[in-house]
Amino acid sequence: MAMFYGLMIFMLIAAIIAVETKNLLSSVICIGAIGFGASLMFLFLRAPDIAITQIVVEVLGLIILIRATIARDLTFISGDREFFNTVVSVVIVLVILITGMHIFEQLPAFGSPVFAETAGAASQTYISQGLKQTGAANIVASVILDYRAYDTLGEATVLFTSIIGATVILRDKSKKLLEVEN
Amino acid sequence: MKGMTIIVKTISSWVKVLIFLFGIYIILFGHLTPGGGFAGGVILASSYVLVMLAFGKEFVEENLPSSIASKLDCAGAFLFAMIAILGLVFGGTFFVNFIYQKYLPGEALNLISAGTIPLSNIAIGLKVGASLFLVIFTLSTFRPKEKE
Repeated sequence: MAMFYGLMIFMLIAAIIAVETKNLLSSVICIGAIGFGASLMFLFLRAPDIAITQIVVEVLGLIILIRATIARDLTFISGDREFFNTVVSVVIVLVILITGMHIFEQLPAFGSPVFAETAGAASQTYISQGLKQTGAANIVASVILDYRAYDTLGEATVLFTSIIGATVILRDKSKKLLEVEN
Repeated sequence: MKGMTIIVKTISSWVKVLIFLFGIYIILFGHLTPGGGFAGGVILASSYVLVMLAFGKEFVEENLPSSIASKLDCAGAFLFAMIAILGLVFGGTFFVNFIYQKYLPGEALNLISAGTIPLSNIAIGLKVGASLFLVIFTLSTFRPKEKE
């Protein structure tokens, strides 16, 4: 349990540095550190599937994406914060904190999922019948690709649509054609 | 972007093969060990992104042009939808695991088991890898024109 608190404090420090630093690259690296902390947490909570996905997406989707797309290595952010913006953010954070504390009091204790105690819950069926009904040893794979395959189809559709949007908005050819016509 | 120094180029030319193999392993064994199509596809894309960072965009453009990458992306999406529709044709329900239930039950914990799940993993891995590579490639080639 102490390990989770240590990881949480590490992630909080990294988040504060990521917000406060002036250098864009070091800010991105700090956000990567938050992702690695979250990945370690998933690993210690015995969810290796999520840990692998988290670490891989964090590395590729954030750090390398920023490194590959920014033109210069050194991008400094200058300028003072406005007073009004700071007040609004502090108020919003306080509201979320108070609401969250009230909500967390209602939740069951850490490590005792609600669905484990409910009779006839779907998760119990997946755990006890998953290997027999789908033949996959990895229960996560049997859930996302057999029981809940519609979910995966929707996720694939979202990814496909985002690729179409990125390639259409950022294409070069139409701009050249427009320049020729003008 | 012309690429990095010769040290980075040498190391990445060795490491890229291992990363690619690891991605293939994660995809193929997705139904037995942690991992699966999505994580494996991202690892496949990251091996190409490593080459792109080390050798420059032009090198990758010659090896894997964006037209072929988009075709791979479409092929992955088509395969995944086809598996679902074949379930409707042969098993009677959309997305039913018809191979496991009717034709090839296989033995649990073996590589050839679980019917359509490994096939779906391969399709999703192809799709996710190609599309994430395409996103990073498109974003890195795009430079906003400076206004004069």
